[in-house]
Amino acid sequence: MDDTLLIGGRKIASRLIMGTGGAANLEILERALVASGTSLTTVAMRRVDATTGTGVLELLRRLGIEILPNTAGCRTAAEAVLTARLAREALETDLVKLEVVADDRTLLPDPIELLDAAEQLVDDGFTVLPYTNDDPVLARKLEQAGCAAVMPLGSPIGTGLGIRNPHNIAMIVEAAGVPVVLDAGIGTASEAAQAMELGCDAVLLATAVTRAADPERMAHAMRLGVEAGRAAHGAGRIPRRYWAQASSPDVDR
Amino acid sequence: MTVFLNGEPADLAPDATVLDALAALGVPQAGVAVAVDGSVVRRADWPATPLPDGARVEVLRAVSGG
Repeated sequence: MDDTLLIGGRKIASRLIMGTGGAANLEILERALVASGTSLTTVAMRRVDATTGTGVLELLRRLGIEILPNTAGCRTAAEAVLTARLAREALETDLVKLEVVADDRTLLPDPIELLDAAEQLVDDGFTVLPYTNDDPVLARKLEQAGCAAVMPLGSPIGTGLGIRNPHNIAMIVEAAGVPVVLDAGIGTASEAAQAMELGCDAVLLATAVTRAADPERMAHAMRLGVEAGRAAHGAGRIPRRYWAQASSPDVDR
Repeated sequence: MTVFLNGEPADLAPDATVLDALAALGVPQAGVAVAVDGSVVRRADWPATPLPDGARVEVLRAVSGG
């Protein structure tokens, strides 16, 4: 059975989407990306200066990993729309991970600016993947606006607190007609597996790998976690019971 | 005239174009995108797009992140 993830008509070979932020250097990043098996990876857009390198783009192209530009750092719909358009011009892709955050302390999405930006970018022909709160209502509105996926957070960016409201994630999954990508908050492999067991179609993470003591090893663990969670979700877990149920025969003992 | 290149003031000739602004900034042109006063200027239009006095020119490229 073909279990390939499709986002906006694009085949995404791996259900683990990686970010490139936070690695100590490009060599460590490369080993982590390879170990993760990722096929789609975020980059940020920043002002150029004479010292900025283009190393990360060369690395991603060499590894054959598709680029997903983000709008990290944007606070308003207008900023995010301009950043997305600049990314499309610089990188020749209509994919965008739409981030519009409210403040530096929480980095939580600003839902009003986010929805406004999503509507504008969909109208402008982008394939929009919005980073959103774990809010089923907002997820539905983003889908109705024409987003190609919804990407609810498990917990705030970089916290590693895992999935704080699994019930909300399950409700988003249950109602969504587009892929659901658990984005942000994952700290370790069991949490990536949990996201997939909840029915998410993919997991997006960066910090949990790039700031781990051994990024390459954690990238491999995350890959296994995503695969295990996906398989378990498809396999159908047993119902939870109150009392024990013997798994050995209870006759002739 | 004075324009603002990634927030820094720069003196350019009165007939300066986007391409001239990039030259003044002294950065490689591969993989960058340019906005003037909040609108993207396509690469093909850089040589023929004049800058108004006081223009805010933003030049961005992809870096590790997210």
